[in-house]
Amino acid sequence: MAKVLMKGNEAIAEAAIRAGCRHYFGYPITPQTEVAAYMAKRMPKIGGTFLQAESEISAINMVYGVSSAGLRVMTSSSSPGVSLKQEGISYLAGSDLPALIVNVQRGGPGLGGIQPSQSDYFQATKGGGHGDYHLIVLAPASVQEMADLTVKAFDLADKYRMPAMLLADGTMGQMMEPVELPEECAHSVDKPWALTGTQGKREHNIINSLYLVPEQLEEKNLERYERYKTVERDEVMYEEYMLDDADVCVVAFGIAARVSKNAITAARAKGIKAGLIRPITLYPFPKDIIRKTAENVKGFVSVELSMGQMIDDIRLAEECKKPVTLCSRVGGMIPSPEEVLKAIEDMEGGKF
Amino acid sequence: MPKLTFNVDLCKGCGLCVSACPKKLLVIAKDKINKKGHSPAEITDQSQCIGCAFCATMCPDCVITVEK
Amino acid sequence: MAVVFKKPEALTDAPLHYCPGCTHGIIHRLVAEAIDDLGILGRTVGVAPVGCAVMAYDYFSCDMVEAAHGRAPAVATGLKRARPENIVFTYQGDGDLASIGMAETVHAATRNENITVIFVNNAIYGMTGGQMAPTSLPGQVTQTSPYGRDVKTVGYPIKVCELLSALDAPYYIERVAVNNVKNVMNAKKAIRKAFENQVEGKGFSLIEVVSSCPTNWGMTPEKALKWVETDMIPYYPLGVYRDKSKEAE
Repeated sequence: MAKVLMKGNEAIAEAAIRAGCRHYFGYPITPQTEVAAYMAKRMPKIGGTFLQAESEISAINMVYGVSSAGLRVMTSSSSPGVSLKQEGISYLAGSDLPALIVNVQRGGPGLGGIQPSQSDYFQATKGGGHGDYHLIVLAPASVQEMADLTVKAFDLADKYRMPAMLLADGTMGQMMEPVELPEECAHSVDKPWALTGTQGKREHNIINSLYLVPEQLEEKNLERYERYKTVERDEVMYEEYMLDDADVCVVAFGIAARVSKNAITAARAKGIKAGLIRPITLYPFPKDIIRKTAENVKGFVSVELSMGQMIDDIRLAEECKKPVTLCSRVGGMIPSPEEVLKAIEDMEGGKF
Repeated sequence: MPKLTFNVDLCKGCGLCVSACPKKLLVIAKDKINKKGHSPAEITDQSQCIGCAFCATMCPDCVITVEK
Repeated sequence: MAVVFKKPEALTDAPLHYCPGCTHGIIHRLVAEAIDDLGILGRTVGVAPVGCAVMAYDYFSCDMVEAAHGRAPAVATGLKRARPENIVFTYQGDGDLASIGMAETVHAATRNENITVIFVNNAIYGMTGGQMAPTSLPGQVTQTSPYGRDVKTVGYPIKVCELLSALDAPYYIERVAVNNVKNVMNAKKAIRKAFENQVEGKGFSLIEVVSSCPTNWGMTPEKALKWVETDMIPYYPLGVYRDKSKEAE
């Protein structure tokens, strides 16, 4: 299939439609508004729903409604808006409902800025709202992946009955690249739990997250975490880059991984064997490859657009066997290849 | 003759049926107690009932079935 | 002999958890009777609120979903947009609909979303034990207005029907009460009409039901219904606030 030149945000929208999503609810916020604008144009032409909700809170609850009815549905926003959605995301998780939430991150906290950031890593990977739960979190590093991982997110959400998040950032959203769009195909997943109306043929279905009997609520949580174990075992995705002989391992996702690849090339030119692990799923986190890599490298460099969030997961994964340093810029700034190279050199030279 | 049937164990003894009955035929049976621990409503004289279903209309718990 | 009154099919056999004399039971029954009468049980989906009626999902025999506090109209919007052939209703209390969920309520109304909203106004937060509601009357004593609702510091009650009827879009808005047989019969007609409107694709219908909370008002069930008549209804006048079918004539 021929490639087309698209903005990251638009690639998400088109891929979602091709994945069978016919319902989108959103609220304008920079830098993800193109997703909504694209949906506003396309959905009416294909018999779908585009609705600009009165708030992020309403948008996520509309998502909850469509998902309850058993259909594919999504919303998108950026950091402050995603904070507002957390109540609804917790309810989705607590009611075992699939849905796609896109977060095209910007700097924070508070209103922050409109430039790219990765500082919602904790919020995305550790739950985000109240209660014990996880989202499947996918981190694209190209416009192609914005499209591919959107489809993947819908599939995983349906498979495990849990909400999935595409954790992008402002650069990914605004960047234009050639992309091969996924083929349109029928994604029919059997959803006997869905609210379709009983049609007089079955007992009523109830979608609910309230369990007043503590034994029942505990049981629901345990059951959910059993499912998470399967996700952690079967769904980890990552990319290795020049890792085989590496002495220094950079760990980075999204835009930070792209910068890191340039730095690794520069390091290799200087004779430093650097390599990269790029987590594609942030939850489930690629723990095994990091633990394995710890046996062969001097240390890790976590490159992030945050004050150091993923670095905690790296340390947990490698069980503090090797040093891990942070190379980061925040507030909408992106580390330069030179800054990452310096961090690689410092690790190689034991200067940290 | 109209007939009232009480699903006694659903009754919470709130008395809304008692005040709704135009013939004043219903009482809360203070000497009885149902499974929930409430004194339930009952009809004193079935033969006087006109089957208006006012009692059932005001009952919040669907205790009363009316036949006519 | 024919049965002239029995529990409707749209209610399950689960015993209601409500306090003795709580009118939620009457209103549940009226909703269920409307669903039965219109023969729509198999394609109806209900949205339960947070508040005393949170467990309404156990009581209605149609498909049910439990929404976050105040979000029922947004959830109903999603359900209706997903499956327009289904009949979608929300059942909400005053805190849920008129306080935390006011934005969802107003915007569903102004979109003329084709859903049915049953709004139970008993002027108090019941489930949490009797706190001041957006509809608590001036001077009303509650746990969080122990000296009576002081309108100078906390403002006046919100009159939902009057407020929503200021919008151009909503199709049908009526306020009813369930304090006596006559009013219950009127409420039944109103609720049925609100469902009929949706079946006919007319749009947003909201029925406000002025009701009682004997437990948190500290009254007997009978006295509470008297208070509905003497204090609630004068502040919340009953009647039709919007009927677009009449406007068209």
